[in-house]
Amino acid sequence: MIPELGQFALVLSAVIALLLGTVPLAGAVRHKVVWQSLARPAALLQFVLVSFAFACLASSFLSNDFSVKYVAEHSNTLLPRAYQFAAVWGGHEGSLLLWVLMLSAWTAAVAIFSSSLPLAMVARVLSVLGLVSVGFLMFILTTSNPFDRLFPMPADGRDLNPLLQDPGLVIHPPMLYMGYVGMSVAFAFAIAALLSGRLDAAWARWSRPWTVIAWAFLTFGIGLGSWWAYYELGWGGWWFWDPVENASLMPWLVGTALIHSLMVTEKRGSFKAWTVLLAIAAFSLSLLGTFLVRSGVLTSVHAFASDPARGIFILVFLAFVVGSSLTLFAWRAPAVTLGGTMGVVSRESFLLLNSVLLVVATGAVLLGTLYPLIIDALNLGKLSVGPPYFNLVFAPLMVPLLFVLVPGTVAHWREARMSDVFWRLRFVGGAAVVLALVLPFVLGSWSAGSMLGIFLGMWVALGSLQHVVERLRKPGRIGGSFWGMHLAHFGMSVLVLGITGVKSYEVERDVRMAIGDTVTIAPYTFRLADIQDVMGPNYKAVQAKVEVLKNDQVIEVLRPQKRRYFSSAMPMTEAAIDSGLLRDLYVSLGEPVAGVTPSWSMRVYYKPFVPWLWAGVLIMVLGGVLAALDRRYRRNSNQQSVKTAGEALSSPA
Amino acid sequence: MKKFLLPLVLFVTLVVFLGVGLKRDPHEIPSPLVGKPAPAFALPTLRGDKPFSPVDMKGQVWVLNVWATWCVACREEHPLLLQFSQTQRIPMVGLSYKELQGSEAANASLSEADKLQLARERSLKFLQKSGNPYQQSVMDLDGRVAIDYGVYGVPETYIIDKEGVIRYKRVGPVTPEVLKETILPLIQQLDKSA
Repeated sequence: MIPELGQFALVLSAVIALLLGTVPLAGAVRHKVVWQSLARPAALLQFVLVSFAFACLASSFLSNDFSVKYVAEHSNTLLPRAYQFAAVWGGHEGSLLLWVLMLSAWTAAVAIFSSSLPLAMVARVLSVLGLVSVGFLMFILTTSNPFDRLFPMPADGRDLNPLLQDPGLVIHPPMLYMGYVGMSVAFAFAIAALLSGRLDAAWARWSRPWTVIAWAFLTFGIGLGSWWAYYELGWGGWWFWDPVENASLMPWLVGTALIHSLMVTEKRGSFKAWTVLLAIAAFSLSLLGTFLVRSGVLTSVHAFASDPARGIFILVFLAFVVGSSLTLFAWRAPAVTLGGTMGVVSRESFLLLNSVLLVVATGAVLLGTLYPLIIDALNLGKLSVGPPYFNLVFAPLMVPLLFVLVPGTVAHWREARMSDVFWRLRFVGGAAVVLALVLPFVLGSWSAGSMLGIFLGMWVALGSLQHVVERLRKPGRIGGSFWGMHLAHFGMSVLVLGITGVKSYEVERDVRMAIGDTVTIAPYTFRLADIQDVMGPNYKAVQAKVEVLKNDQVIEVLRPQKRRYFSSAMPMTEAAIDSGLLRDLYVSLGEPVAGVTPSWSMRVYYKPFVPWLWAGVLIMVLGGVLAALDRRYRRNSNQQSVKTAGEALSSPA
Repeated sequence: MKKFLLPLVLFVTLVVFLGVGLKRDPHEIPSPLVGKPAPAFALPTLRGDKPFSPVDMKGQVWVLNVWATWCVACREEHPLLLQFSQTQRIPMVGLSYKELQGSEAANASLSEADKLQLARERSLKFLQKSGNPYQQSVMDLDGRVAIDYGVYGVPETYIIDKEGVIRYKRVGPVTPEVLKETILPLIQQLDKSA
């Protein structure tokens, strides 16, 4: 009965979403206030209905109702309780439901926190979000219904994919989806602005906090995925340039360009068409990611069981949403005024360069990701594009990006002098160069890559520090967006230093060890003390006991495991990691090796600065949250928009 | 106006490629061995009679199916293989790939003969329970023959013609569509040619 109620709620929510997507929009066109005022209650009702459907599915999971096909395929009576709940989004159908839940949550949030916006604008924004919801709800109802029944009912379920039975993966998809879906709010604001012709500073200010918070979620989601891959896949990698990772990186890159471009549009009234295009692109790339993951066009570790009908549906949906948005853009954007003038050297010009570099980087990643598909479609053969391409293309684009980041925060709006900018940054630049020359020797060895990485990381960190110190000397309250910006930039520098450190100084030993054997990576010695069998709730594992010695003292005991889940033939590696401030010690247990004495293949890694990657990501997220919470955004924007130099389009809809 | 249409044009191009891409299967990997003679080997059989070699099949079209009892996807395609063996007169040879895994394969206290015995018992038990689609089964315990054939993972299926040349390779389980649309027509065509 409960699954049928959930199904019913889902159908009802699709009807409400359709109402939300049409009536308020028509009201905005025809100036009917009553129609427009339908938007908020409809958005809230839709959220309630989708939440109810989600709760129904969760309840089916928690009560082990294997008569529901999706539950039978993704859960098991032995599965720990927390994972039974997380299994709701462990497969294609449920994860789509989670996606729609988040979309309706964002829509409801816009409905609630938009009291300062004109009603017509709220109606347009919520309508666009409603239309997006209609698409996803139809997708679920026609091709991917999580409430389908299974007959006869199996005695037990097939269990959740062991790879997903991990705390990191429990929160990774929700965070990532919050980011993806959050980009739909920025998209809805952009489309609403194009529709109304109110493509002005007020529009930019309304979308900024939403975009920044979505960006923060996306950053966190990508970081979590990387962290998970690092400790769960058992070979110490943290970024693979897998098509699905790329699918999350592309909206992030464009989203980063967008939050900076929005700032220029708000402060100076410039870049309007470009900002709108970035907002459309960020959401389009989120949709493209969905298509790539769920249609089976590319091979990836993330790919869901694919079904051609699903691929066609998303492609048509993608074509409709993005095609109509870009048509609207081509129609409306030419009428947009250019806004304030800017000098060749100015904060605007640095931010424009930043945007362009980020978009070019996105293009490079997109090309690399889709290249195998394009070559295959042209009948030119089969190939795959690997990390060498991405590293070769991506890194050279990030170097100038990080370099202009610092002058971009220092330069004046409108017109700045290059000599002033660099005179102000002379100590920062000097210190970064000195550190880049000295630190590699302290860390072990000198290389061009490590020097460049350390220079860029220090340049960004010290540049932010200098700016903060200068600002603190001046009187006046400092806004959240100032702290947010510098915190996010500082997080970026920590991330860059982390990447440089681990890439330049990691030591990896793939060895064969018998009990009592040692392997040394100075100053640490790893000794395999013992191997034993252990039992988990739904798996059994072989567990190694590895003692880590420094100066002949045991400083840590690591217990890597090789797990065999009862439901799956594939063994899972649980690496054991000892994290310090400056390094990780990483041990993973491999297969037993044939021989006279029993021995095992082991991976023993010294990974310097890996904790900095996660710290950098967290600092960036914190910066995003602080910036989004700036009090300035919550003031009544109707009063402010009068004061801002915002130019409207000549022909309002 | 024109420059504002550019994003739309780029996007339409992308959609065309994605649409074509939908019809392709990225898992379909062209094998360099297709069109080449099937690599020779001599392996112990499941029954324990004289070692089997591809030369024994000369003059007839046959199917080589790589499998193992621990392979989940093999169980998935198993009913289809059974149906195939019951309705077609084309012989199918099963190549049992690394039946013993992990600690069993590495166990030094078991002799090679013991391991072969253990693998045979396990495979036989499975085939007796689930039905045997294979005219002949051979044991590739260390997986060396599979390396010669470029096996990516189990299951894999090869079609070999009367001259002993590999004509087709399927990576992953055989599906009813693949069987009906690709494998059966190819076999009929190969069978007719002299």
